[in-house]
Amino acid sequence: MKLKHETPMLDELESGPWPSFVSDIKDEAAKRAKNEKNVEYQIPTDVCDDLLGILELSFKHGRTHWKHGGIVGVFGYGGGVIGRYCDQPQNFPGVAHFHTMRVSQPGGKYYNTDFLKQLCDLWDLRGSGVTNMHGSTGDIILLGTTTPQLEEIFYELTHNMNQDLGGSGSNLRTPADCLGQSRCEYACYDTQHLCYTLTQEYQDELHRPAFPYKFKFKFDGCPNGCVASIARSDMSFIGTWRDDIRIDQEAVQAYIGGEIAPNGGAHAGRDWGPFDIQKEVIDLCPTECMWMDGKELKIDNKECVRCMHCIDAMPRALRIGQDTGLSILVGAKAPILDGAQMGTMLVPFIKAEEPYDEIKEVIESIWDWWMEEGKNRERLGELMKRQGLQRMLEMTNQKPDPRMVKEPRHNPYIFWKEEEVEGGFERDVNEFRKHHQR
Amino acid sequence: MEYEEARQRIFDTLTKKQKSKSKFYFSDLAKILEIKPRDAKKLINKMVEDGTLEYWSSGSTSMYGLKGTGKQAHTEHED
Repeated sequence: MKLKHETPMLDELESGPWPSFVSDIKDEAAKRAKNEKNVEYQIPTDVCDDLLGILELSFKHGRTHWKHGGIVGVFGYGGGVIGRYCDQPQNFPGVAHFHTMRVSQPGGKYYNTDFLKQLCDLWDLRGSGVTNMHGSTGDIILLGTTTPQLEEIFYELTHNMNQDLGGSGSNLRTPADCLGQSRCEYACYDTQHLCYTLTQEYQDELHRPAFPYKFKFKFDGCPNGCVASIARSDMSFIGTWRDDIRIDQEAVQAYIGGEIAPNGGAHAGRDWGPFDIQKEVIDLCPTECMWMDGKELKIDNKECVRCMHCIDAMPRALRIGQDTGLSILVGAKAPILDGAQMGTMLVPFIKAEEPYDEIKEVIESIWDWWMEEGKNRERLGELMKRQGLQRMLEMTNQKPDPRMVKEPRHNPYIFWKEEEVEGGFERDVNEFRKHHQR
Repeated sequence: MEYEEARQRIFDTLTKKQKSKSKFYFSDLAKILEIKPRDAKKLINKMVEDGTLEYWSSGSTSMYGLKGTGKQAHTEHED
């Protein structure tokens, strides 16, 4: 089918062996032109043609023709809609408005096909049909619609699909979680329940922007970190345990004897030879806290740093402890310009039990500090660097703990204050000189 | 602070600044009201609700402006 605009440069992006978004958008353009389902399109039918056209023009000029940002939104919400307009509306009327809508993803990203069909039908009717499942935000991203459609889509989502818009702008962003205890035996707490509870509790923070900048929560059920909260969220909740790793010595022997496939049977496409517990598990322990004592596997649990390798390699022999909870790390960010930063330990262990009051206390103390002292467009991680970890510990009523030290002798952020030192910082120089020459 | 007093203070201060800028960070508004951000939020939300203020968002950052002011509304055909 002939497209509305010639796109020689975009066509190059279809020539590789990998899937191409250009082919996908071309398919959608052809589908909309044919309209076999007789959809009464509420935005220009040629939106996808013009999307390709303006992208080709941007490639030709080496600069963008989008203007992003604006006052568009749905009533009462300060986030969830990101305005976008093109600066060539005469040549590309289909994308004169091309707003993005962020829709909260379901907990653990569990969908049913009915919901997905409803979502696609809605977006075919009232949007471009182009989606992004799931952006790095984690949300369902619906790309390209016009201003008059926003309220219509919002009504449909909230009234008929029981779904809310997600966060954007200086808001709490849509909280994201792993599937947690619903499917995973490593999960140390119910990620979906905590994620849902906090999402409900902080609706105001999600929809009405009053933070200095974006703020993200992510929930990992265990230190494997399937949602990478430690790298991507201002406040990261990672499941952990404070007793010992449970060892089933019989199962350890079964792994050694080859009766149970290591790594849950993964990497089975090649013959790696017989399982070698010394080489594949014990020698890879980052703190060298494992050894074989005759036929018994031993672990010095106090040295364990929760790397999860041994548990991942032998899940039937080694299991997480039973006294479970979570660690809270803060200040991670992954911006393009200023450089990424990993989370810093704030609370080494906290129980994750309903109604999660202790966790909410930590969250709110962090917000109070950041809202008062954070500069405009300053992430929590940057405020922590600017004012120091000690200040954060004071503001959140946390006691300094060796587990907060990232590397010894690198970030000595715990300083003595004068009132904490017997005799203060003043000294008698004459007394000192009696014992020390100039 | 009473709502009407806060609204008037925001309206007057933002109107005075219109020549130089039309969009403001949340912290600018909290400073005008001279109250803690958490308390300011409640009042400012109400001002958005009753149409005194409107949100502006770049996608990553949010700002506030007096409703209908600034170039944005006109260029986006929203006025």
